[in-house]
Amino acid sequence: MADAPTDLAAPAPAGPVRRGSSYLNTHHRTRLGLTLGLPVVWIGVIYLGALILLFLNAFWRVDTLTGTITRDWGFQNFETLWSSPVYRTITIRTVGIAAAVTVADIVLAFPLAYYAARMATPRVRALLLILVVLPLWSSYLVKAFAWQTITAHNGLLESFLRLVGISDANIASSQWAIWLTFTYLWLPFVILPIYASLERIPASYLEASGDLGAKGWKTFRHVVWPMAIPGVVAGSIFSFSLTLGDYIAPTLVGSTKFIGNVIYDNVGVANNLPLAAAFALVPVVIIAIYLALAKRTGAFEAL
Amino acid sequence: MRNVRRWWAALGALALVAAACGEDGTTSASAISSIGPTEDALNLIAWVGYTEDGTTEGYEQYDWITPFEDQTGCEVSVKYADSSDEMYNLMTTQEGQWDGVSASGDSSNRLIASDAVAAIDPALFDFTDVIPPLNPTTGDETSQYVVDGNVYGVPWMYGPNFLMYNEDVVQPAPTSWDVVFETELNGAANPYAGKITAYDFPIYIADAALYLMTHQPDLGITDPYSLTEEQLDAATELLQGQATMIEQYWGAYTIEIDGFVNNSMVAGTAWPVNLSYAEVDNPAVVAAEPTEGMTGWADTWMMSTSAPHPNCMLSWMQYSLQADVQAQVAEYYGAAASNSAACPILRTSLDEQFDFGDAVDTVRYGYCGNEQFLRDLWLWRTPQEPTDYSVWTQKWTEIRGA
Amino acid sequence: MEGRGAKLVIRLGTAFTLFFLYLPLAVVLIYAFNRTVSQAWPPRGFTTRWFVVAWNSADMREGLVNSIVIALVAAAVALVLGSLAAFAVHRYRFFGRETVSFALVLPIALPGIITAMALRSAMSTTGVTFSLWTIMIGHATFCVVVVFNNVVARLRRTSGSIVEASMDLGADGWQTFRHVTLPSISTALVAGALLAFALSFDEIIVTNFLSGAEITLPKWIYNTIRLPKNRPAVNAVALIVIVLSMIPVYFAQRLAGPGETAGRPTRAMPTAGGAPK
Repeated sequence: MADAPTDLAAPAPAGPVRRGSSYLNTHHRTRLGLTLGLPVVWIGVIYLGALILLFLNAFWRVDTLTGTITRDWGFQNFETLWSSPVYRTITIRTVGIAAAVTVADIVLAFPLAYYAARMATPRVRALLLILVVLPLWSSYLVKAFAWQTITAHNGLLESFLRLVGISDANIASSQWAIWLTFTYLWLPFVILPIYASLERIPASYLEASGDLGAKGWKTFRHVVWPMAIPGVVAGSIFSFSLTLGDYIAPTLVGSTKFIGNVIYDNVGVANNLPLAAAFALVPVVIIAIYLALAKRTGAFEAL
Repeated sequence: MRNVRRWWAALGALALVAAACGEDGTTSASAISSIGPTEDALNLIAWVGYTEDGTTEGYEQYDWITPFEDQTGCEVSVKYADSSDEMYNLMTTQEGQWDGVSASGDSSNRLIASDAVAAIDPALFDFTDVIPPLNPTTGDETSQYVVDGNVYGVPWMYGPNFLMYNEDVVQPAPTSWDVVFETELNGAANPYAGKITAYDFPIYIADAALYLMTHQPDLGITDPYSLTEEQLDAATELLQGQATMIEQYWGAYTIEIDGFVNNSMVAGTAWPVNLSYAEVDNPAVVAAEPTEGMTGWADTWMMSTSAPHPNCMLSWMQYSLQADVQAQVAEYYGAAASNSAACPILRTSLDEQFDFGDAVDTVRYGYCGNEQFLRDLWLWRTPQEPTDYSVWTQKWTEIRGA
Repeated sequence: MEGRGAKLVIRLGTAFTLFFLYLPLAVVLIYAFNRTVSQAWPPRGFTTRWFVVAWNSADMREGLVNSIVIALVAAAVALVLGSLAAFAVHRYRFFGRETVSFALVLPIALPGIITAMALRSAMSTTGVTFSLWTIMIGHATFCVVVVFNNVVARLRRTSGSIVEASMDLGADGWQTFRHVTLPSISTALVAGALLAFALSFDEIIVTNFLSGAEITLPKWIYNTIRLPKNRPAVNAVALIVIVLSMIPVYFAQRLAGPGETAGRPTRAMPTAGGAPK
């Protein structure tokens, strides 16, 4: 299969094309080059090049009056980040909310994913999957704005909480509001991989477990959950890393600063790209660690 | 017709290039001295409320964009910015995109220093009625747009950052900024804690410094935009205390308007336009002028050095200086017009609509035409010495991020 | 797992999650017709004027057209680059193969603001003027992985033996591609392109950094929700977009084919899902 000769680079089924394609069949390197050339130039040169340039900025400094970047090398930006405890506070807070959002998403996603994968009829399953995908098509900004409305002072949520007897809840612009909004925004991204991994569990496994006398909880713990883990981890990659870098939702529904806000304030407001680039390394490192851990669970195969 | 205009524009551009090449001097004295045929578009960066085209619900009568488009054929498109920093950032990183910007004093000097905006030929504009302190030739409060004798724009609106409060809640009527800064008032905990708001940008540190100028004279603050490290630290400390009482900071001004309307906020610094909107839905919202003084802003339309439509921009600047245009903007936005001839027009208009012409002489219209009020404002300026703006930004992160 | 109590819990959980997923969309629906500007609870009065306000905004119409054009171009570029990369990675063993897969995922695994900052600083350093083209480049960059993942997943499932069989029967490379490989991956291509389109159409962060004066629909929404008077118009626009998006979602589902049920295309969806927010 590795040397199966198909090729997308051939453009039309005419004579010269055939000749070209048979030439390509015998010239492995040319073929590889033609197939891989464009994507490698685009991602490798444009994107990775830009990324490297960005992180070089972290070692430069900015002249605040003229806004120009002076290329004198040094660790001054990292010193700024290290010397002030506030950046550590913000990092911890951001990782905290990303974790809280991830847990909430998994809890919300699991029953629906399980129902769709193992209990629903094919028709209902198709409908459920459409219902999960549809919210992805409505504007991210409008959804966040809707949560601003829901969590506003004396809004829908606070009115509801009063009905059930909680009268002193202060949801508006709190961390609760941000947590709810993030949980909502990334939920479909968590449901889909969990669904995919649950769907792959052979029915015979569950039957066997039952036949061997395992009760529901035991079957879940020893059969379902281990097989679902790659999907759960794959989903958590989305909820975790998307929360880690977002800066728009927190400004719409809350007032708290997260890593994304500080990066944005420095690059989009204060025009201090070097400091922003230095701080941007923090989520990159966190995500790299997370991905490395995730890889061990086989989550990438579940993607 | 369009095509002919394009041709003219192209020819004009060629002539400009030729003129620029012919000139040896590197000074910005190469300001365009006549306005050629206008192009077909104008891309502006502005504060919200500066470019009304009659599409705002309930305020359809305010439209100074459509008449300009009709007169010149320049179709106006606008990018709203929430802060001077964002304006500066857009102007300097997106060259060739923007024709001009309604710059406040805390971005204008940065824009000039980084060559993002062009000097203009004052002969093209009629500055006769501009309020004396802001007048480019005779004024003494023009440092935000006149540098080394070069004029970098035309003055537009100016106004204060006053104290907005809910008079049903905040009693007695406040005369000091202490209601928003002090965690203790008259020996007790600040009763408004949790219902206070503040502007969500580093320049707000100047408001704290201004308060300390009166209340901690031994710090020796003489100018809230020029702070030593010790003074900056004192202001930071004051703001960190304030942070514990903040309901929500306002970056977008709708946050403050919503907060005052739904009563989750009762006191905080505000622009006049915030008051105009908030009081419609909540009549208890009013403005106060604290005794410590106020920071403020004087905005200038400036032309980008890489303006894609320079003739449209120069036409816009001419138009923006007209008394009738400035009167309309001042009425809608709640600001003082730099062109004093607009003040009587504003008075008549307010009288006719609301029988309330005297409002011109209140803080919400910046005492239009009143020189002393303008001189008393601490107009926004870019902090440079001894602590510069990047240090202020980092302090602001410490205040906000904790 | 299949006990009666457990089943009840799962049903209830499913119902709650569905409720949670659709609550904000219900809010959008309600406030699109709400009379007052402020979105206070409960809503007051009924009006259809927000649809008029939205439609009368020249910026909205221009933004809508721009967003569609950008999304089409970005999806097309992603389709070409993504499937080329998928073929290369799937068919050949070469040095750095793992690195290629990893590099392709980066634009979506890293926070959108980092991708946005990097591309912007690179573009301003090289003196590129921001325009619709720069937005398309940015969007295509993070859309490639969507197509790539879909196609690679499909190729992995497609039996290599039918390709070999085709060759053994005397078909040349092109014929095999045209008649064997392409049909087997066509739904993956469509699913990938659709998701690329959806991601680009809704993208705001990279757009904000890479656009100049051009407006897109998300930029219009971002501007409008921060204006005091016209905010409810975004609900009207969002509602229309949701209704219109049902068409492609429906067809994507149909394309999965009766034999595959909905499970198959969505198997590829999760990766597609990585919105570059």
